[in-house]
Amino acid sequence: MQQQLSVKHLLGIKNISSEDIRLIFDTADNFKEVINRPIKKVPSLRDITIANVFFENSTRTRLSFELAEKRLSADVINFSSSNSSVKKGETLLDTVNNILAMKVDMVVMRHSSPGAPHFLSRHIKANIVNAGDGTHEHPTQALLDTFSIREKLGEVEGKKVVIIGDILHSRVALSNIFALQKLGAEVMVCGPNTLLPKYVRELGVKVELDVDKALQWCDVANVLRIQLERQQMKFFPSLREYSLYYGINKARLQKLDKQIVVMHPGPINRGVELSSDVADADNAIILDQVENGVAVRMAVLYLLAANK
Amino acid sequence: MQKRLILDGSLLDVTIRRLGQQLIENHQQFGQTVILGLQPRGVHLANRIHRYLEEQTGVQIPLGQLDSTFYRDDFRRRESPIRANSTNVPFIIEDKRVILIDDVLYTARSVRAALDAMIAFGRPRSVELLVLINRRYSRDLPIEPTYIGRSVNTLHSQRVLVEWQEQGAEKDQIWLIEKA
Repeated sequence: MQQQLSVKHLLGIKNISSEDIRLIFDTADNFKEVINRPIKKVPSLRDITIANVFFENSTRTRLSFELAEKRLSADVINFSSSNSSVKKGETLLDTVNNILAMKVDMVVMRHSSPGAPHFLSRHIKANIVNAGDGTHEHPTQALLDTFSIREKLGEVEGKKVVIIGDILHSRVALSNIFALQKLGAEVMVCGPNTLLPKYVRELGVKVELDVDKALQWCDVANVLRIQLERQQMKFFPSLREYSLYYGINKARLQKLDKQIVVMHPGPINRGVELSSDVADADNAIILDQVENGVAVRMAVLYLLAANK
Repeated sequence: MQKRLILDGSLLDVTIRRLGQQLIENHQQFGQTVILGLQPRGVHLANRIHRYLEEQTGVQIPLGQLDSTFYRDDFRRRESPIRANSTNVPFIIEDKRVILIDDVLYTARSVRAALDAMIAFGRPRSVELLVLINRRYSRDLPIEPTYIGRSVNTLHSQRVLVEWQEQGAEKDQIWLIEKA
């Protein structure tokens, strides 16, 4: 049985194996038990310092990472570009090297440029965890999404998962496609044609434009947020029209002859991609995803720390 | 590879019964007592002793499994990490008399980690340590067992191999072997 990750950095799901993912899941099971104890902390990473370097805004991911790091007893420093020397013209490599000069062992980084953590991994010694690079990958989100599917449905293999919404601007979608395929699930993407990347079919996923057909096909619907902040032009006439054609609401789910699991990586635009009665229903596992996020990130940090 | 048998199946049964009787002597009705088997191999011994105690006393005694992987002091110092096992402590240990059970006591570092792991669940009134095999003169830490199945004198070049039927072995056997 595999004891160790095959990589030193978690840059994306694309370059880890299905065995790596299973090792992360098994370790996360143990950490999920830990974070439900009266004392939610273990001393594993007490000799490790982790820098959370966020060049792009984040609430959930950053809190989740910070909590995971603290539950593992690591020392944590936080950095965000809004109040830093990046504004004064420092390069990415210089910024990070300055942080590492303070004896930091691991870097959790979010950056708006795709490939930024890959670039960094070629130049520095610390372990790097990609917490989202532009529209490219968001590996820990995909891990916690698939972990939550495994928890809810028993396993991921053979399950049908549809990712609905803004696939074009979504790093969550790409990482999820890789993770689901590596674990043996069938993947479909669904959204307006303008929000589906041209080459998505080459990844081996089904493409469906009609959301009702997609919902009827799937076991799990992972609904993505419309990322207005990344859209430089109009991809659909109005939010109201998007909601009418692609919003998931109770009426749509009641038309199906089965119950499906509804997921959302957050933050939810209630009333746009997901109506409130669906977001708060029993078969929505949105808050389980958040809880599992801490356990999965603990597992990733713990396993990477062992690969020094 | 040199191999010497320390305990065979029938002698093991005798030892487990004796350890059980010692526990009954000290804990009588087991009203405030809980048992924790240490992962991965102490749980098999804990299960057997627990079964024997329930047969003898007719009392239901809380039984849990404790994993100390995340509390070890050799994380990042080992060649490859140890894979974690599940922890299952579905009862309160606050103010209880805890019996920790493991198969082999060697340097006592894993018992040290287990004590830390246990304290995350509360503050017990007292803690006792029961081991099947006590390797003498090899301790790194000042920890000694309360109940001992058998004490053996061993060298650092040797290893105690415990084979449980529960783990798929043909029969229960405990060996002293030379490390390769």
